[in-house]
Amino acid sequence: MNRQSSGGSAPPSEGASTGPPDAGASLAANIAAEVTAFAREVGSSDPVTVVGAGTHWEVGGVPHAGTREVRAPAGVWEHEPSEMTVRCGAGTTVAELSAHLARTGQMVPLDPADDAATVGGVLACGFSGHRRLRYGHVRDLVLQTRHVDASGKVVTAGGPTVKNVSGYDLARMLVGSLGSLGLLAEVILRTLPVPAASQWLTGDGDPFDAFDLLYRPSSILWDGRRTSILLEGDPADVAAETSKLESAGFAPCEGPPPIPAAGRESMRPSDLRALAGTEGEWLAEVGIGLVHRHEPVQAAPVSQANAALMTQLKQRLDPQNRLNPGRRAW
Amino acid sequence: MPVGYGRVVVSEADCAADAALLTDLRGVLSDRARDNDFERGLYSRDGSIEGSAPAIVCLPTSTAEVAEIVRICRKHRRPFLARGSGTGLAGGAVPVGRPVVVATSKMDRIVEIDTANRIAWVEPGVLNLDLSRALAPKGFHFAPDPSSQQVCSIGGNIANNSGGPHCLAYGVTTAHISALEVVLPSGETTVFGGLDAEPPGFDLRGLFVGSEGTMGIATKAAVRLTPNAPAVRTLLLDFDDVSEGSAAVSAIIAAGLVPSALEMMDQRAIEIVEAFAHAGYPTGAAAVLLVELDGLPGGVDAGVDIVREVAQRHHVGHVRVAADDAERALLWKGRKNAFGAVARIKPDYYLHDTVVPRSRLTEVLEKVYRIADAYGLIAVNVFHAGDGNLHPILAFDRREPGVDERVKAAGRDIVAVSIEAGGVLSGEHGIGLEKRDYMGMLFSAHDMYTQDVVRETFDPDGLANPLKIIPTGSRCSDSFHQNVPEGAWV
Repeated sequence: MNRQSSGGSAPPSEGASTGPPDAGASLAANIAAEVTAFAREVGSSDPVTVVGAGTHWEVGGVPHAGTREVRAPAGVWEHEPSEMTVRCGAGTTVAELSAHLARTGQMVPLDPADDAATVGGVLACGFSGHRRLRYGHVRDLVLQTRHVDASGKVVTAGGPTVKNVSGYDLARMLVGSLGSLGLLAEVILRTLPVPAASQWLTGDGDPFDAFDLLYRPSSILWDGRRTSILLEGDPADVAAETSKLESAGFAPCEGPPPIPAAGRESMRPSDLRALAGTEGEWLAEVGIGLVHRHEPVQAAPVSQANAALMTQLKQRLDPQNRLNPGRRAW
Repeated sequence: MPVGYGRVVVSEADCAADAALLTDLRGVLSDRARDNDFERGLYSRDGSIEGSAPAIVCLPTSTAEVAEIVRICRKHRRPFLARGSGTGLAGGAVPVGRPVVVATSKMDRIVEIDTANRIAWVEPGVLNLDLSRALAPKGFHFAPDPSSQQVCSIGGNIANNSGGPHCLAYGVTTAHISALEVVLPSGETTVFGGLDAEPPGFDLRGLFVGSEGTMGIATKAAVRLTPNAPAVRTLLLDFDDVSEGSAAVSAIIAAGLVPSALEMMDQRAIEIVEAFAHAGYPTGAAAVLLVELDGLPGGVDAGVDIVREVAQRHHVGHVRVAADDAERALLWKGRKNAFGAVARIKPDYYLHDTVVPRSRLTEVLEKVYRIADAYGLIAVNVFHAGDGNLHPILAFDRREPGVDERVKAAGRDIVAVSIEAGGVLSGEHGIGLEKRDYMGMLFSAHDMYTQDVVRETFDPDGLANPLKIIPTGSRCSDSFHQNVPEGAWV
């Protein structure tokens, strides 16, 4: 179901309403009911896995056979453009969220390869999209989370405002945890204005020189031969930076090259240079240090001290190992 | 079974224990482990209004020394408390349980500036503004810029997940930390996060930032470098009516602009700041907005036009655009020194920090004035309007009998009205002691229990800056209270 309270002048609700109090209260009650129903479905005993769109089902290993499947609530619940926040169910697809926000010229740059992916799925994987260079990691877009824990109870972390440091940052802990510490039910995300202009360019120029030449490009993708660059912002600025790149041998193009989806290799941005001339097909995010490959990539090992802490976190938060058993975040 | 705080606290009378602890710490630190009354007094307070003395103050110079201090504290079952510059406003660095204070002020080296990876490795005692000054020749800065940036340390910024005016566009500290070297409460040293794109596993780095020293001590950080913007414009707008100023804030954001800063000052703030800074602030105005736009020149110019247009719709008095860097610096001088300037009206102040939705700013500000009036205090408002981050300053004179209680009661009421309006407890100062007992206004008992389980994973013995953030009674024994030194605020 998809209730929408938004629109340019619609009152925000649940404590933020300037409109009729009962409208906000009933929306809040409906959201709460939906989250509670999800918590009831998750329950407190048997092994359970949360299913999004399955676009990255293999990440961290598939859940044990026979694990009961649940789906998080879906729907864009509250969007107040002047607050630049949006509240939605974790089961909402990125496509639906994007379409909703586009009506008021806003976006949340989650940028999954396939926008059938759910918001909860993107966050559980912790995979940023190709515009991370400008907009940061997806975890920095999350303001508040509500998740269902191993005991079937709802836990709220963070806060609904664009800025908050209220208590321990459990929301960041959940991003990238593959649902192994809790199942996301609802999130409040920070929105951004859709840039007025946007231009992809491609050429043979050195991607590292291009990075130094530009002020906050949105993306620089490099396959060892071709460099593709995304510029976003004010039309005059995009035009000026486009000419700079054209002088360096780049030419405007329609969009990014296809991004290999099977494996993500993580390295330091400066290590990417060493990829020049290496075998195989890959696409690297310059300035970030991520290499997309057509084959799965073995995750880097974690240190003994960190592994001990992560194991402890998992054991304390999910002592029966019932949340996404078989799936490991490291 | 979790170990209650009560078991690790040594009573004030236990001088023999202090002496044995000091002997061990001197073995590592020599005369940089101190127990004289003067320094214990110095380290008994932070920027908040309460304090209690630590047992011993340590001034380590290396990660290895910090690890040794933690191991010695473990052996003596004594709490330890990391401290940066002590500018924190929520009591996070107030010693509780007669701890060992680990002051990071001598760990103040910028270890490496790595422009290829756009990070710098720094020790926790490096001062915020010193870092940005060191980065300036290379065209970068460290984005979080608290008002205290001339004196606050990077370690303190990490502990509190600090903000600042420019966090509206750039995000608070956690978005600017790639990796952290941490001495865990076990005495082990590890690195959270990394310089690579996607460090594997749970985001321990993200958990640590903002944990106020309750998960260990950061001994080195890889901070992100933000490129300096090619163009910057700063505008000062004045309004005859606070509500028009607040409405302009929402309208600027709704117009699709994300200014790099969007600050508001009320009439009283304008007057005291102008008397101090002589920045040409319009002293008759009910409110001013300080708006900064940065980026490439096209977007900045377009932004200036949008701000003008929005301001006119909201009956702005004057729109002053700083002509050059000198005028820009002057406008900011007023804003960044506003808190000190409060001394012109009263000798003491209590600076609050809550966040509300932008659309509720006017209404909450009115309530803040009413609360201050009711408690016989003076409220001055200088705040990050762009992200709804209120900073009411309650000016008072400590010498007035009973005033501390009135200040605390007013603070509590301000938190309550902020949360009622859909806001949160803190935008950038943290919870510490100040707001610990208000956590229940925002979080359920189970929320806080879960947070405490996570904290306990890092510090099962409750030695790392105990009794901060999570209210007592969330799970551990409350017997601690019997052992708290006289005058401690818990």
